[in-house]
Amino acid sequence: MSRMIAVAAAGICRRYGRRWALTDVSFEVPEGALVMVTGRNGSGKSTLLRVLATAIRADRGTVRILDLDVRADRDSVRRKVALLGHRTHLYEPLTALENLAVRARFLGADPARGALLPRLEQVGLADRADDLVQAFSAGMRQRLALASVLQQQARVVLLDEPYGHLDPPGFLLVDGLLQRLRRKGATVLMATHLVTRGRNLCDRGLVLEAGRLTYAGATAQMPEPAGADGAGFAEGA
Amino acid sequence: MKDLLAALRKDLLLQWRGRAQVIAIFAFGAAALLLFSFAIGPDSAALREHAAGFLWLGLLLASTLALAESFEREMEEQALEGLLLLPASTRGLYYGKAIANWAHLALLGIALVPVMVVLYDAATLRLVSLLGVILLGTAGLSAPGTLYAAMTSQTRARQTLLPLLLFPLVVPVLLAAVKATSLLILGDPMGQLRPWTTLLAAFAVIHWSIGGLLFGRVVED
Amino acid sequence: MRQSPTGPKVLVALGVALLLAGSWWGLTKAPGEVYMGEVQRIMYVHVPTAWNAMLALTFAFVCALCFLLTNAWKWDSRLEAGMEMGVVLSLLLCTQGSIWAKPTWGVWWDWDPRLTTTAVMVFAFGGILALRAFVDDPARRAVWSAVACIVAFVDVPIVYFSVKWWNSLHQAQSTPQTVSSAFHWPLRINAFGILFLWTGLVGLRSRVAALRLRSELGPPLPDAKPSVTGGSRIAGSAS
Repeated sequence: MSRMIAVAAAGICRRYGRRWALTDVSFEVPEGALVMVTGRNGSGKSTLLRVLATAIRADRGTVRILDLDVRADRDSVRRKVALLGHRTHLYEPLTALENLAVRARFLGADPARGALLPRLEQVGLADRADDLVQAFSAGMRQRLALASVLQQQARVVLLDEPYGHLDPPGFLLVDGLLQRLRRKGATVLMATHLVTRGRNLCDRGLVLEAGRLTYAGATAQMPEPAGADGAGFAEGA
Repeated sequence: MKDLLAALRKDLLLQWRGRAQVIAIFAFGAAALLLFSFAIGPDSAALREHAAGFLWLGLLLASTLALAESFEREMEEQALEGLLLLPASTRGLYYGKAIANWAHLALLGIALVPVMVVLYDAATLRLVSLLGVILLGTAGLSAPGTLYAAMTSQTRARQTLLPLLLFPLVVPVLLAAVKATSLLILGDPMGQLRPWTTLLAAFAVIHWSIGGLLFGRVVED
Repeated sequence: MRQSPTGPKVLVALGVALLLAGSWWGLTKAPGEVYMGEVQRIMYVHVPTAWNAMLALTFAFVCALCFLLTNAWKWDSRLEAGMEMGVVLSLLLCTQGSIWAKPTWGVWWDWDPRLTTTAVMVFAFGGILALRAFVDDPARRAVWSAVACIVAFVDVPIVYFSVKWWNSLHQAQSTPQTVSSAFHWPLRINAFGILFLWTGLVGLRSRVAALRLRSELGPPLPDAKPSVTGGSRIAGSAS
């Protein structure tokens, strides 16, 4: 049974000034897969996700998402892709609910309180719905950002360090959300340092080293990303 | 169109939340008008004659603060990028922001009129015409101002760059608005108001058009 | 490191030669103007500078359009050079205008519409050059200055007309725009002189800008190295 290829990257190169952040990255991800993207700091994980999300453009190479070219059909691609990036994309002077309502209007979805509260409940922020984001901690902002990603109901979901600022209950929350996305048939690419956790959840992995893809395959056979100091990843539960 | 309305709603809500800033900017404008009068001296005839100029200069200076502020919130957490990725049309985002800024600047202008009346003894009975001039003039400030504020809010030295880029560009607005306001205050026996308001309208139309076309290139990678 | 191309250098040399010839002619051989006397001779440099300042900024505008349409770096280098040249020529224009105004009207500045518009242009395009200095990312710098250049250029005629109307309400003190036909030749020679001079300089300057871009961007292609080791390119084939 052949599944559609959700993400097809070919020869992606992207630079920042003199430094090439991504060099000749090519891979394919079938629809419905849950893929872990890992690598040391500065290896290009965030850049890769941002290129796939069309937030930035690749200097070279092509990317096709659900068989749409990201350059030629950028808006169509954006409708099908959601990104949880390093910046939360939130408006600080607005409340959690208002932030979701703003986005709902652009999405053409129902901005009413009744429709949005469940989304906040999903991420454990229902009791802070009317508080300004300004007063939120980093972990709470992350949860709200997660809620806004889910709001988009995208077919391809890109998560950059989703466990980032979260507490242990937050970790479980993300695990649960990943399962939900999987059940819905969404394709998920998740950049994370939590290799063990990622291995348990994802069946496929991509390893980046200094902007180059050094491994693309099953997480079972995935090597530990090598670094100059040879240190492995120490992680919490 | 839906994006424009959504953007406008968002921007008006942000302005409402930041209304303390709005009041502070008004205070800045009023203080500027006061300082101008000190520069001229207590010569009431001279003050009255130049009142229109002071009003629009004060408004122009205050507008740089207002315009810069309108993009602070967008860049803090890259909220603008978040909207672009939904996707939201860049035209809708631009016009929504430009209209909200227009409203802010027009309100500022209207609020400064009583200050002008009091400090410079410069009043007019043609209030509707004055409102029209303020609306046209601030429209001319808002369009290029929104475009440039989007750029400069992402650079270093943003506070100096915005006025540096904007002021030469809006010279026609300054000239025409001051002239038109002056005619309203000091009298317009030969009916010269029309060409100046036409100039303001033409400026606004041109810059609202090209702003919408170019905004996308400014905010996208 | 290649030597800079000879084309622009020839243009510069030719331009200087023509400018010297035309100026000498205008200053010495052409008859003095009846009403204004010797100071009017500045027109032989002033009018050609005016034409060329406008030409240089129009060139910058075209480069800006080309860059936005093609996204080719060479247009950004030319844009930088063209804007610089336009600003320099405009500054020269304002200086010449002041030199003319002082003995004629007794003031340094006479609010002549063309000259005032030129002064506004100096600030407008000078501001864009300042913008370039504050943006580190070359791609962004190029796009933003192209956008700003287009907006500023579209604004120029509006500025001109607004100043013209504004000034016409006061006593008309305009710089003479024409010279009688006997004096046309020095004018034309100087016009071409300045034209060759600035196009040659733009050619050299845009090369400098291109070289600087190249050093900022580093190698155009990433260094070749073996890529994927172990596993396959398809994340999902091993299942």
